[in-house]
Amino acid sequence: MEINEKTLMRDVFIDFLRKAMTADPTVVVIDADLAKCAGTLALEKEFPDRALNVGIAEANMAGIAAGLSSYGFKPFITSFAPFASRRIADQAMISICYAKQNVKIVGTDPGIAAELNGGTHMPFEDVAIYRAIPDILIYEPTDAVEFASALPKILAYPHPAYIRMHRKNPPVVHGADYEFDPMRADVLREGGDVTIVATGLMVATSLEAADMLHAEGIEAEVIACPVVKPIDSKTITASIRKTGAAVSAENHNVNGALGSALAEVVVENCPVPMERVGVKERFGEVGKVPYLRNVYRLNAEDVALAAKKAISRRK
Amino acid sequence: MDIKSVSELGSLAQRIRADIVTSIASVGSGHIGGCLSIADVLAVLYGKHMRYDPAEPKKEGRDRLILSKGHAGPALYSALAEAGFFPKEMLLTLNQGGTSLPSHCDMNKTPGVDMTAGSLGQGFSCALGAAVGSKLKGDGATIYCIIGDGESQEGQIWEAAMYAGSHGVDNLIAFTDYNKMQLDGTTADICDLEPLGDKWRAFNFEVWDIPGNDVAAIDKAVTEAKAVKGKPKMIILNTVKGKGVSFVEAAKVGSHSMSISGEQRDAALEEINGGQ
Repeated sequence: MEINEKTLMRDVFIDFLRKAMTADPTVVVIDADLAKCAGTLALEKEFPDRALNVGIAEANMAGIAAGLSSYGFKPFITSFAPFASRRIADQAMISICYAKQNVKIVGTDPGIAAELNGGTHMPFEDVAIYRAIPDILIYEPTDAVEFASALPKILAYPHPAYIRMHRKNPPVVHGADYEFDPMRADVLREGGDVTIVATGLMVATSLEAADMLHAEGIEAEVIACPVVKPIDSKTITASIRKTGAAVSAENHNVNGALGSALAEVVVENCPVPMERVGVKERFGEVGKVPYLRNVYRLNAEDVALAAKKAISRRK
Repeated sequence: MDIKSVSELGSLAQRIRADIVTSIASVGSGHIGGCLSIADVLAVLYGKHMRYDPAEPKKEGRDRLILSKGHAGPALYSALAEAGFFPKEMLLTLNQGGTSLPSHCDMNKTPGVDMTAGSLGQGFSCALGAAVGSKLKGDGATIYCIIGDGESQEGQIWEAAMYAGSHGVDNLIAFTDYNKMQLDGTTADICDLEPLGDKWRAFNFEVWDIPGNDVAAIDKAVTEAKAVKGKPKMIILNTVKGKGVSFVEAAKVGSHSMSISGEQRDAALEEINGGQ
């Protein structure tokens, strides 16, 4: 499919699943009464045997997926991110990961993208939960271009994966010829003064912050890190060796996800001053994205401030 | 195995009991009560009804057993050893460091184990997934699943039951090991399951309610269950926790996990073998 600024991530997902299910009779999709939201409802008509809807029973969805995987199938299970993570933490841990079952878990509407569903549905902890489980790959798409390139590679990855999917259309930052590599973080903008590592919708925000910093004579290197686990410490370490200052930027609690993962890379490989932009130990609340960005300090100004603070701490 | 006679199935059940006692005694303690209570159903399934090839444990189209009450792993290992999946001597490695036979079932460690289970409530959903997978592949396999009675307090059991019943997943034959005891007390005292048969019927299962340590009754129920089309099946096994070993039976709730000495092992083996 042709991808532009208006392309919804959800449509990329459905286009991929439709092609994958057509080409591979072992690909299965399972929903738990949120198929209209994920866009997978159409597949239930096109593939009535392999697009299941188990009702509002996420734990059972995860278990059925593990059983199908044990039978040689490749299931994708979808729900809102809180229910695709904390609601099924034990099933993902035992029936899927510990049992080595090849299930792809898709959690939609991450962090502030949950908007008007508010605190009960606004996951700032899902990546942290999955990062504590061995062997699972954690992928948060940056834009529709990257997502389209990534999905076939995630399908080919023979281990469990958690896909933290924004349903809408975040700004496109990659060129049309972009090729996703699950083991690689992408340097989107080069700079020598500070390294900003970002995930999801904070990637475009970080690029905006880099423009602001440039206006002040500060050159930021911006790295999109779509795969938080396993993290590409090589690319990140090379950058922070050059800049001597690091910032993480994520639509998630700063504890447990990118903020922690980047801190580990920094401390273990090249200790430099580091600041974390993200949700600081707070729960979700209702609001539109611009309002929520203000509430949780997820604007480009916040990233730029953090960058300057990290630089100021550099000796 | 292709055992035809009831007396031979009974003998296999007793050999499984002896293997359970021997393996748990070798490490000194374990979930002996809930292992002994399911020896008879394992004998009927591996001795007669299930299609499998011990030389090719992952063979496609095989019948599968998922032990959702995964803490009864030693009972399943004993049945698998008797069925020829691995040498019986391996049973003595139970729960030793680096073993292929951990307390709770692990499909990646033990030949013949069809699904990892042990966090209660999860194995039944996995069995349902396997049953759906078998239908998709059209391989004609039957998926068996043993659920604990205490385990039936887990909400996930009923999530799976609702889906299986509403979709008529008829290649799924489940059992409840209804020994009526769980770790902290009797099921009646902790959180009663009754009316258990009515619950499963209400979830659109075909239900049998039988003496659970009677190989003839189990054989008959499984034979009937395989013939029923359009519905998933639940065979409630009214069992005795620790069945076949007096001091384990006498321990009642305490037999959920208990230590077993060398003398106790010898007495138990004498009782089991004497009953043959």
